Amino acid sequence: MTRDEIRDGIFRALAQVAPEADVSRIKPNVRLRDQLDIDSMDLLNFVIGVHKEFKIEIPEADYPRLATLDGCIDYIAKAQRQT
Amino acid sequence: MNAGKLLQWRKRVGDKVQRGDIIADVETDKADIEVEVFSTGTIEKILIQPGEKVPVGTVMALIREEGKPFAAEAPAVRVEAAVPSAPKSPAPAAPQGAAAAPPPTIEAGARRLHISPVARKLADELGIDPATICGTGPGGRVTLEDVQRAAQTHAPKPAEAAPELDRAARMRQAIGAAMARSKREIPHYYLSTTIDMSRAMTWLAGENLKRSIEDRLVYGVLLVKAVAMALRQFPELNGLWVEGKAIAKPEIHVGIAISLRGGGLVAPALHNTDRQSLRELMKSFRDLVQRARAGSLRSSELTDPTITVTSLGEQGVEAVFGVIYPPQVALVGFGKIVERPCVSEGQIVARRALTATLSGDHRVSDGHRGGLFLAAVERILQEPGQL
Repeated sequence: MTRDEIRDGIFRALAQVAPEADVSRIKPNVRLRDQLDIDSMDLLNFVIGVHKEFKIEIPEADYPRLATLDGCIDYIAKAQRQT
Repeated sequence: MNAGKLLQWRKRVGDKVQRGDIIADVETDKADIEVEVFSTGTIEKILIQPGEKVPVGTVMALIREEGKPFAAEAPAVRVEAAVPSAPKSPAPAAPQGAAAAPPPTIEAGARRLHISPVARKLADELGIDPATICGTGPGGRVTLEDVQRAAQTHAPKPAEAAPELDRAARMRQAIGAAMARSKREIPHYYLSTTIDMSRAMTWLAGENLKRSIEDRLVYGVLLVKAVAMALRQFPELNGLWVEGKAIAKPEIHVGIAISLRGGGLVAPALHNTDRQSLRELMKSFRDLVQRARAGSLRSSELTDPTITVTSLGEQGVEAVFGVIYPPQVALVGFGKIVERPCVSEGQIVARRALTATLSGDHRVSDGHRGGLFLAAVERILQEPGQL
């Protein structure tokens, strides 16, 4: 998958959690939590969404690596390379 | 919370319904809610049409209960016991949201009106037909408070001519009214204690390693379960204050304060919190949060809480001294988990500390029992494997 395709998949997962969010305005290096008014339950649901979207396992210890959009893309791209 | 607007019926006249079925959607100041029925039978008559805004307690439909004869002309009855365990007092916050759309319950037979003399006198003075008022007293008796609430709804108000407030503003009004009432009527006392969460968090991390992503737990679920388990030992904190009396509830339905995007909050119930496993509780918790934010809570979830838990730790708050949701009699607050130096056996060690608070109603409990309750919560959290 290209980074753009991964980004689109992340946006789909985010839309499930925060449907009102304007994903086009998300800054890639700023914590999603700070931009989207989401809490830990939303983050958990987002991680589940990413897991389902990309078919990757995400240990709880890796959650901090999904804090930003760029972080998510890097993490998913790496996970896909390893599978 | 004085009124609700019917958005749609999901059932028609003649449809059979079972206890727990969703039959309508109602918009209230707090949230859109799904109205459940609390009896099994057949919808005999629909009294409210979509788009109508009606006062809290208005009968919306009539249901012929199973085994009872069909009445050609359905009696114009009032709800006598809308929701047995529901907070019925006026203008509360989240837990009262569903009161705007009471489950239609039937009193088959002749209409009876129970009203106190002083309430009848006030109703007469205000020109309100007592039969149009929903009684929230014992057996559906119309109280003075019911009449006062009805007066607010019936009386022409300047606000009626003004543009309708948006949802956020109406929710803020509803919350403000409930909290003002709470502070006016409930003699609060406040306690706090520091809980060492080191064991619980270590246990949680290990537990989550064993679980699939969908089954992982958040620490908030441990807190809620610990509160529910502790309440078994302190039934006076799990109940309502109705008509000047404390009513301890046998079931523990913890209301979870959930912030809504765009402002406001609701506190729907996690039913039978103490009896759910952590796995079940986590699933219920996730579902409740999603539905609260999507505006699809059920009426019983808004009326059934017997205590409220609120956590503002994620907002960086260290301690929450909450305002009790009337007619509940207690609220538990949790702050953020912070690492603090702690002296243990002569050594300074880092501990993950959490400040837990209790807001209690002095009409029902006192600081002694409240303190023991918080100690019980702490003790339970030291044995997370038992949750």
